[in-house]
Amino acid sequence: MKKFINNVDHILVESLSGFAKAHSDLVELHLEPNFLTRADKATNKVAIISGGGSGHEPLHAGYIGYGMLDAACPGHVFTSPTPDQMLMAAEAVHADKGVLFIVKNYAGDVMNFEMAAEMLPFENATVLTSDDCAVVNSTYTTGRRGVAGTVIVEKCIGSLAETGAALQACKALGDKVNNRTASIGVALTSCTVPAAGRPTFDISESEIEMGVGIHGEPGRRRETMRPADEIIGDCVEAIITDFKSRNLHPNHKHEALLLVNGFGATPLMELYLIYNTAAKLFNLHNIEISHSLVGNYTTALDMAGASITLCLLDDEITKHWDSPVHTAALRWGK
Amino acid sequence: MKTEFIIEAALAIQQTILANESTLESLDREIGDGDHYINMKRGATTVAEMQTDLASLKPDEALNKIGMKLLSTIGGASGPLLASFFMSMAKVLKENGDESNLKIAAAFAGGVQAIIQRGKAGISEKTMLDVLIPVSNQFVLLATQNCNVKLICATLIHTAEQGMLSTKNLIATKGRAAGLGERAIGHIDPGAKSCQLMIEAVCKLILEK
Repeated sequence: MKKFINNVDHILVESLSGFAKAHSDLVELHLEPNFLTRADKATNKVAIISGGGSGHEPLHAGYIGYGMLDAACPGHVFTSPTPDQMLMAAEAVHADKGVLFIVKNYAGDVMNFEMAAEMLPFENATVLTSDDCAVVNSTYTTGRRGVAGTVIVEKCIGSLAETGAALQACKALGDKVNNRTASIGVALTSCTVPAAGRPTFDISESEIEMGVGIHGEPGRRRETMRPADEIIGDCVEAIITDFKSRNLHPNHKHEALLLVNGFGATPLMELYLIYNTAAKLFNLHNIEISHSLVGNYTTALDMAGASITLCLLDDEITKHWDSPVHTAALRWGK
Repeated sequence: MKTEFIIEAALAIQQTILANESTLESLDREIGDGDHYINMKRGATTVAEMQTDLASLKPDEALNKIGMKLLSTIGGASGPLLASFFMSMAKVLKENGDESNLKIAAAFAGGVQAIIQRGKAGISEKTMLDVLIPVSNQFVLLATQNCNVKLICATLIHTAEQGMLSTKNLIATKGRAAGLGERAIGHIDPGAKSCQLMIEAVCKLILEK
């Protein structure tokens, strides 16, 4: 393992401290329990709080600020935060219009946020993101994981919340965006959890993991490395198949947002190559890519690989995606 | 049950977790995300360090305090699940008392029930419940039959082992390995393994007395 580390037990706090210093105009860091809030507390709006294991930066702290989150709760690397973090964060940012938690659908995150929600002394609701179409949904499984599509959900809910909309309206928009979003990820390498000190899985030069999550857990299948267009073609097909299975049939020139997300160790050069092919292929399926986002937005530490996320837009989602946002990782229109 | 015993058990649990670092790490690397050992170590060490705080408490109060502490220490899925176990076990002990094996078995079963509810999981889903449900059932059965504590412990070590091994050939339908489909077959669930280790450690402690 070759990483910038002083002491594995201090990585998280040192990194959070650096983030807070670098963006002191936007965020404030609170320690023990760990959470981050906006530097200037917002008023007269639903408080939007997210959180999850660390190692996915800029998710979630990078999305704190005007038009997105009010607070974020970082857990240990790849480990859900604990309820006391959510309770303290909610206490710090709530503004009498309720609290909305945005939670990626992983067993640990769901349970910790659920316990926080049960203990919270004021009105709250939760949006579970589950955009990963690599995991087959059924009544019997934990269900689809929440991955990079979470960024789109956070952006749209955050935008609506700024207008002073009610808690249930914010939740409804979040659920809608989640239901119209699908993602699939491919890993070229594993990642190394600092405290573990070695790659989570072994993978040879000629292999890829298809349908991988964002924690270096193995994906759906181990496949042979192929030219990029073939891999991207399979990803696009998986997303189209998923939309059809959910009765979402894109009509003629249906507008969509295409997010090509890097997992941490894949250069932008390759991410744009992926974007180029994916946009072309979605076009063949009557989908017009009207909005784009390309970069490292939901990472898995130092994993090489990328995920493709498609969100089928409608007027409401488009409006909230385009609206001004001012955070460390997303900023436009303000 | 005495608080003194709870503290001894906490130390035994910490010892067994630390001693099985490589086993737990490699199991979690195979079908998880590599953090199970780190989380269990953090939880076990924190509880072991609570000795002096726990000593003056009644057994149910001590278990509740352990649960609360785990809730804010472990994180992940193990945190809320183990915390729910100890907090519910404490609640049953407080209501029913702890003066017989049957009452302790009932409290254990109450703790397992809390994990079932919190995790919305059951048997054969390739989780810690594949160890805990059979152990809980066996514990209640043996206690109902008035078996002595040493026989109960010897049997539960075996039941836990069988439950842990049973996860090997299951497809995971709950937890992090649920995304793997059939690829999870052939691998023991790390959560089931750590539960089996903890049960074994506590039972051995009683057998050696």
